[in-house]
Amino acid sequence: MSYCVELSAYEIIKKIKAQELKVVDYISYLFERIKRIEREIHAYITLTEDSALKKAQDIDKKIERGERTGRLCGVGIAIKDNICTKGIRTTCASRMLENFIPPYNATVVNLIEDEDGIIIGKTNMDEFAMGSSTEHSYFGPTHNPWDLERVPGGSSGGSAAAVISSMATLALGSDTGGSIRCPASFCSAVGLKPTYGLVSRFGLIAYANSLEQIGPITKDVRDCALLLSCIADHDPLDSTSVNKPKEDYTNYLVDDIKNIKLGIIKELFGEGTQDSVEKGVWDAIKKLEQLGADYQEISLKNLDYSLPSYYIIAMSEASSNLARYDGLRYGYRIPNKSYDWNAVYLKNRRFGFGFEVKRRIILGTFALSAGYYDEYYLKAQKIRTLIRRDFETAFKRFDVLIGPTMPVLPFRIGEKVNDPLEMYMCDIDGVPANLAGIPSISIPCSFSNGLPIGLQIMAPPFREDLLIRIGFSFQKNFPILKKLGGHE
Amino acid sequence: MNGDDLIKSKKRISKEEIEKIAWLARIEISKKELELFSKQLNDILVYFSKIDEVNTESIPPSYHVLDLVNVLRKDEAKPSSFEEILQIIPQTKGKFVKAPRMV
Repeated sequence: MSYCVELSAYEIIKKIKAQELKVVDYISYLFERIKRIEREIHAYITLTEDSALKKAQDIDKKIERGERTGRLCGVGIAIKDNICTKGIRTTCASRMLENFIPPYNATVVNLIEDEDGIIIGKTNMDEFAMGSSTEHSYFGPTHNPWDLERVPGGSSGGSAAAVISSMATLALGSDTGGSIRCPASFCSAVGLKPTYGLVSRFGLIAYANSLEQIGPITKDVRDCALLLSCIADHDPLDSTSVNKPKEDYTNYLVDDIKNIKLGIIKELFGEGTQDSVEKGVWDAIKKLEQLGADYQEISLKNLDYSLPSYYIIAMSEASSNLARYDGLRYGYRIPNKSYDWNAVYLKNRRFGFGFEVKRRIILGTFALSAGYYDEYYLKAQKIRTLIRRDFETAFKRFDVLIGPTMPVLPFRIGEKVNDPLEMYMCDIDGVPANLAGIPSISIPCSFSNGLPIGLQIMAPPFREDLLIRIGFSFQKNFPILKKLGGHE
Repeated sequence: MNGDDLIKSKKRISKEEIEKIAWLARIEISKKELELFSKQLNDILVYFSKIDEVNTESIPPSYHVLDLVNVLRKDEAKPSSFEEILQIIPQTKGKFVKAPRMV
């Protein structure tokens, strides 16, 4: 039965509910697998085996007694390590928070536990979610399960690698400028960035508040719909959480996309897009056409400016958000007790933060400083308006908009890490959805030389239903049969 | 100086400026980091100057994508565990956070 760890959450829940599989056995298999392959992949920062097994026993007892169980019914979930878990250290992959144990749960964690989801551990990421490769982790990089020499994408690289190597059945990531979709694309997982405001950010350690959302990383679209249904809820603790009725997204798992209008965004196939990626995405578009969808190309001119605008806004917000890390109330504090006030701050932040975080704080401080504010921050926010308008206009003609998730295939570990600008360029297709606040999904669409390619679909605000319907239809009719090998 | 050079010179950030900003952000940087950052930050700023091409006159900024304004809730005290919080403070004295010397 140990093969069960490779199944989707939907299939595992079915077996658990039918009492064909005990939750304790399944969770034990998951940890057996983690012990076997985690050394090669390094998807996790912290594992929570004891509490997971205890929770599994509780759920088994509930099932034996015939009590009602939650929708996640014992499924093992990996949580990105920037989402607070009460009593479980939450590091943001930073030395700054290496020993930080949150005294409270993020709202999404409460929602998952309410539905009987079981937390397996906390996943590796780029420090404070700043990066596209999971190489900027204080704890060392995560390796792509499809090719261990390559990056899994980032910043939620540990979550995607854990799900795809079956070291977790579901995972949560966070997406500020593509950080869910990029690793989903690089690892051949499904990753969804919800509409801004759909999922509570309470307990998500902030990087750039106006851009980020928590979302699911899963093996398939069905699981994505299930996990989204559990975490999308209004939360009074997040003032940007939108108060709308709770939806069951599994209702949209419908195999029918006839007459759906797809807009193919020309700018997302710009300079720097690898031929194999372009071909993989176009093949997928042709497949959607076979299923009855209509497509047309469209130009969103201002998207050419989305990357610099995104980085200016994200860095500015980061410089403000990360000002809280003084190392006094929590976080890294240098042991030397003779320094004065300023020296303590300077040293805590020098030794507590990694290079990429420091670069972004410094540039963000610069962009917000007197004399530069109008030129950088304000200008970028105005371009954001133009990008939003481009999307609004496009959605008058099209139901959804399409492009590649990533312009490139997964690159080698070490290839881009010393050239920040080159690394930023990888985010070029991901950031527009964050600037506009619209939902966007990455669906695995093919492989080139054994490396995964992701198809990105974007919808108008709160139209996650369309993403799920299209993604589900695609996966149902054109399943990718390539299986991960080499780790058994 | 022609127009291109002017733009480039304007976008450059000197080592002195980096040191000043790092001080404002309270991050001590080593000489080696300063050398490295100086090159990297200037490359990034030159790339950022791409946004100068866009005419944004009379365009309002989008600080936020939602139309929510003044979302308030009742300011109610809820129970919390002081012991849990005390446990995450790096240096304490009794029930207090130990801060560095002011003077």
